[in-house]
Amino acid sequence: MSTATLLRTPLHDEHVALGGKMVEFAGWEMPIQYPTGIVAEHRAVRGAAGIFDLSHMGELYLRGQGAGAALDRLVSSDIAGLQVGQARYGLLCNEKGTIVDDVIVYRLEAENYLVVVNASNASKDLAHVRAHLDKGVDLEDASMETALLAVQGPRAAVIMASVTDLEIREATIEALAPFGVIGARVGGARAWIARTGYTGEDGFEVFLPWDRAVGPWSRILAAGGAMGVIPIGLGARDTLRLEARYSLYGNEIDETTDPIEAGLGWTCKLDKEFVGRDAIARAKERGPSRKIAGLVVDGGVARHGHAVMKDRQQVGTVTSGTFGPTVGKNIALAYVPTPLAKLGTDVAVRIRDRDVPARVVKTPFHKRGEAS
Amino acid sequence: MSTVPDDLRYSKEHEWVRLAGDTATIGITHFAQDQLGDVVFVELPKQGSTVRQYASLGVVESVKAASDVYAPLSGEVIERNVKVIESPELVNKSPYQDGWLIKVRLADKGELEKLLSPDDYRSHIGETAPSGG
Repeated sequence: MSTATLLRTPLHDEHVALGGKMVEFAGWEMPIQYPTGIVAEHRAVRGAAGIFDLSHMGELYLRGQGAGAALDRLVSSDIAGLQVGQARYGLLCNEKGTIVDDVIVYRLEAENYLVVVNASNASKDLAHVRAHLDKGVDLEDASMETALLAVQGPRAAVIMASVTDLEIREATIEALAPFGVIGARVGGARAWIARTGYTGEDGFEVFLPWDRAVGPWSRILAAGGAMGVIPIGLGARDTLRLEARYSLYGNEIDETTDPIEAGLGWTCKLDKEFVGRDAIARAKERGPSRKIAGLVVDGGVARHGHAVMKDRQQVGTVTSGTFGPTVGKNIALAYVPTPLAKLGTDVAVRIRDRDVPARVVKTPFHKRGEAS
Repeated sequence: MSTVPDDLRYSKEHEWVRLAGDTATIGITHFAQDQLGDVVFVELPKQGSTVRQYASLGVVESVKAASDVYAPLSGEVIERNVKVIESPELVNKSPYQDGWLIKVRLADKGELEKLLSPDDYRSHIGETAPSGG
């Protein structure tokens, strides 16, 4: 694809000025890394903090009296139980019980919900939501009007507090609960700030009007510079999420995988009605024939699509693999037959015609606050 | 400042060659390591094996992806850099010195003719020649 056809976020010029290496991602021109490199960016997030431009992600607003109930029927997790100012991770599934997308639903106001979806799925999700919507619910695709920054890492709260005025005078950034969301002004711009992320660290996601994103981005970088905050590209976003064992749509999950085998059964509230519920309940009843397992690979880097081998036979497939900078090992996620997903099982990954030894290990590979 | 030392020869695939008698030390260029990003794994041929000009001699993997390294010259592998296998980041930190990959005993000196001069390699990667040395 030629870069001329790609979408650009409002921070495009900032990335170029910072030396970001721009690549195509889901139809967008995004920085995969800055001159510091993926490993240094990864370490900055684990040790201090980093700032990400996630403006490519999709944002859908559902408003109106029936919005909460409609989302509760669309999303696998307990949306009906969300209080104002709370967010929850969940799945959009189809009637077959396989995964259309993974999303976070934010209850911003009593009848105003924000659903954040993957950029690669945004138009598909919009159609899916629309097809299952009741009358009286207003659906707005605000993807091209909503910029999204993430500030992630142990120093994220201190940095955010220094650039933010919260709408509720008594509230503080430090006191915002995990998966909490609150209205604020960040660097002078109106924003929603949520304590959510995709790195395995403490952190925040900041939703901003498209044309007001540059100010807060610059303010956060300026305020955080002395504390070690640097911009983070998609490369480190992937190594961070993989160490934290977060699923990536298109890798661990897609419309051929069900939540049970993907290890996302915990996101499915099976005692309520939602699209795909019956099929997922049956899958759970049957028990999965395959499961996502965490692997440590000794002597090569496993990559998406590599075969997992046992006794010279292919038994599974790597969904994601990389070198994990914090764990200091080559790590991977892979679908393997359920009996082989047991911790400690020895398998191999076929890398360039060679069977490289690998072992099933506990995930997440990295837990917050643990040094490597 | 040029990132292409004047005392080496180069391949279009971004390998460099340092000659000492009939021994050629081989590595990847600054340009190549910069394109790859952080190198996290290096796979090299065993001592005593032979490599053929333009054929893959091994693999350098960055966080993002695996890339073949092509032999700029044919010959017998007389040494491989054990340090770079243990510490792959040497390829990034010191591509022309500590980050060398293998040493080869040249099979055919005529193959040298096919390599690029520093100036040819500079124009190959779009870098302008250094001014004033």
